[in-house]
Amino acid sequence: MTSLEVNGRTVQVDADPATPLLYVLRNDLGLNAAKFGCGLGQCGACTVMAGGEAIYSCLVPISALEGRPIVTVEGLGTQEHPGPMQEAFMEAQAAQCGYCIPGMMMRAQALLEKKPGASGEEVREALEPNLCRCGTHMRILRAVARAQELMKGGR
Amino acid sequence: MSAVTRREFIAGSGMLMLAFSLAPRGAQAGEASHAGGKLPGSLSKFPYLDSWIRIGADGSITVFTGKCELGQGVRTALQQIAAEQLMVPFERVAMVTSDTALTPNEGYTSGSNSLKDSGTAILNAAAQVRELLLAQAARRWSLPATELEARDGAVHGAGGRHAGYGELVAGQVLHVEAQALSSVVPPREHRVMGKSQPRVDIPAKVTGGEAYVHDLRLPGMVHARVVRPPQPGATLRALDTGAASRMPGVLKVVRDGSFIAVVAGKEFQAVQAMRALQDHAQWEAGPMPPADIHAYLATLASQDSVILDRAGKAGEGASHEATYRRPYHMHGAIGPSCAVALFKDGELTVWSHGQGMFPLRAAVAELVGLPKEKVRCIHREGSGCYGHNGADDAGGDAALIAMSLPGRPVRVQWMREQEHSWEPYGPAMISKSRATLDSQGQIASWTYDVWSNTHSTRPGEAGGLAAGMLVAKPFKPSPPRPIPQPEGGGDRNAIPIYRVPVAKVTSHFIPQMPLRVSALRALGAYTNVFSLESFMDELAILAKADPVEFRLRHLDDPRAIDVVRAAAFGFGWDGFRRAPGTGRGFAFARYKNLAAYCAVALEVEVVRESGEIRVGRVHCAMDSGEAVNPDGIRNQAEGGVVQSLSWTLREAVTWDDKRITSRDWARYPMIRFPHVPRSIDVHVIDRPGQPFLGTGEATQGPAAAALANAVFDACGARIRDIPFTRERVKAAMGLPRSS
Repeated sequence: MTSLEVNGRTVQVDADPATPLLYVLRNDLGLNAAKFGCGLGQCGACTVMAGGEAIYSCLVPISALEGRPIVTVEGLGTQEHPGPMQEAFMEAQAAQCGYCIPGMMMRAQALLEKKPGASGEEVREALEPNLCRCGTHMRILRAVARAQELMKGGR
Repeated sequence: MSAVTRREFIAGSGMLMLAFSLAPRGAQAGEASHAGGKLPGSLSKFPYLDSWIRIGADGSITVFTGKCELGQGVRTALQQIAAEQLMVPFERVAMVTSDTALTPNEGYTSGSNSLKDSGTAILNAAAQVRELLLAQAARRWSLPATELEARDGAVHGAGGRHAGYGELVAGQVLHVEAQALSSVVPPREHRVMGKSQPRVDIPAKVTGGEAYVHDLRLPGMVHARVVRPPQPGATLRALDTGAASRMPGVLKVVRDGSFIAVVAGKEFQAVQAMRALQDHAQWEAGPMPPADIHAYLATLASQDSVILDRAGKAGEGASHEATYRRPYHMHGAIGPSCAVALFKDGELTVWSHGQGMFPLRAAVAELVGLPKEKVRCIHREGSGCYGHNGADDAGGDAALIAMSLPGRPVRVQWMREQEHSWEPYGPAMISKSRATLDSQGQIASWTYDVWSNTHSTRPGEAGGLAAGMLVAKPFKPSPPRPIPQPEGGGDRNAIPIYRVPVAKVTSHFIPQMPLRVSALRALGAYTNVFSLESFMDELAILAKADPVEFRLRHLDDPRAIDVVRAAAFGFGWDGFRRAPGTGRGFAFARYKNLAAYCAVALEVEVVRESGEIRVGRVHCAMDSGEAVNPDGIRNQAEGGVVQSLSWTLREAVTWDDKRITSRDWARYPMIRFPHVPRSIDVHVIDRPGQPFLGTGEATQGPAAAALANAVFDACGARIRDIPFTRERVKAAMGLPRSS
């Protein structure tokens, strides 16, 4: 049994400790947001936060995550009560297929929690590890800028 | 508002027959009348109104489409159309997308045809359903229908009387064939169509809802992984399944010829067992094509057809010729292909993110040896596909595996290297342009040749599925065929839209496929528009003309002219100030020469030392006919521009003599955030009442050519080989290669 803290809740997971976090999130905990993209840390579709840092959940085994609080998109809010990052992505209609979007949101969330005033250039640099094949980049950038405003309490 | 002049109901045996004549409203309806009585859009194949729209006794409205939501937003646009014509709020309409048990068979969701096919069908069906409901109320109340109004899901008449749609649809009132003409809501009265509508699928996607086939979790579901040969054409010589079958959680190893899969209780157990099986499989190598694919393609036999022949005398002014090449490109879905299948009580169900559930059903039925009636394929969204990628293959894999585990839902997802090396690529192509000018700088004669493999090996039969090619008794794929004009495949957009008095265009179709290929967004139009619009730029320079003005002087279609002017104006073409190392580029095409009009203007900076191309502002103008969801059009166009720039700047499939070497994102580099344009503005030219023209693929060619033209403008280097790598840019500038 591995003990993990996911979205503020402590869970006991019965899986091989070498299992990458992604499979546990999706299959054992039923959390859909983080996605399998490459299993290689090259695309960022699996990005979640652990201990405040953006990590590739397809690579990091659960054994390395005890004591590091994990946050996924499900931890940012719900459809009925979306958090600022979610609200911003809806407002900006920042998705086409949307498969990469939860990874984008978590990498942006990690950046803005550390650096609420990040510049547009810094956002572009920070999102560099995450790939989007639909070409939604301009909207993603707009959504992150909007999330910045919402997080500062702007309307 | 009704334009119905005569209605007549003839009560039949439990079914109402209906005859009515309508004065056409708007060009959507007018289009139908020009079709000589042929029903509009996909109504021509599925004429019954209740194939498209059903209304429950409780007033619930369900609209059926045979098209698939692929992330392009079609579900939202179709819902807007239905809500508008049925006179109900947007939220009142529930959409059901492609499902072989429920929806009309609209073939593939491809070719930017969904609004033209399904949108037109739903527009007309919904308008006719509304008129039927008005007629029902009129009959019930013995009032002329012209005095009644359909509003918010009910028909309202004088004195406050009203009846909900649910009350009015008793019996089989919607089970009637559509008429050729419809009383559509005039565009000036639109409440829903033409307004930017937030997409219905986005909230779930940004909150972790169940949004994709990848997220399906059926009770008792098990996980499978396939083991693929190291390259296409390889066959399995020996397989030791011992180690893998003893691994924790492993339920079954499936082998049929060279098709190998492993099934486990947990997903990561299946991944580990797959790796173990890979280590214990020995393969007989298959052939790989030579590295210089374009030289090789030129040696292969081709079937040639002249698709434009306008004889006459060549001009006597300056002449010019050029050759363009495009490599194999990947669809490159971010999420590897996935499917879920369940074989239970003699019936097989497959949940797939493919683009055509009916063709997939035919292929899967043949693959597993079941009659089609015993197979149901249900579309669920996947990672964006941009054409025929591994989605159908994964459906075949899941089906084959599920047949050996009756009663257990099986989920299979490919690994990254499988998606990269087994998806059918967009074909490598070659094109040659030649033209002469007259003394006034007009194009006098034009010759164009294009060489290409097929652009569709879509399944519809087992031989089109990877599993069908790998099983012990493989299914033979049908011989590849060209897609005929006017849409075309390799020769899509090969015919110039410009006024050229003398012209010859020849399509050289190469049946032999050195690598497995199929449909990738825009098909041959990406290459042909890249070639034609680069060449137009080259001719403009030869004619000492401004590239935008040069295009305008060869265009007659007023909508083409509008789009060109809008993109140039939006970009600020005339006032552009060229800083050192920067340049501007322009390109235009009407997709397939019969669909959306799209023009792109953009600016670049070329870094001389490194050969790096940096894209600044991009301005795109788009005329997709009547715009249903303008923000949806903008979203698609922005995405198309970025994807085309990525193909053109960076992407090419690579291989050696043993295998595909582009097996991950490091070896098939796609554009990343620091390199996307500074900004992209999309100007939607709405054409209320005009036919829907589609959007999704229209940007692919113009963006590529605008880039090539801007690079030339910035540094004088004309690049005709895709991708525009730094080495190629430096070589074209005459700079030494970096050591």
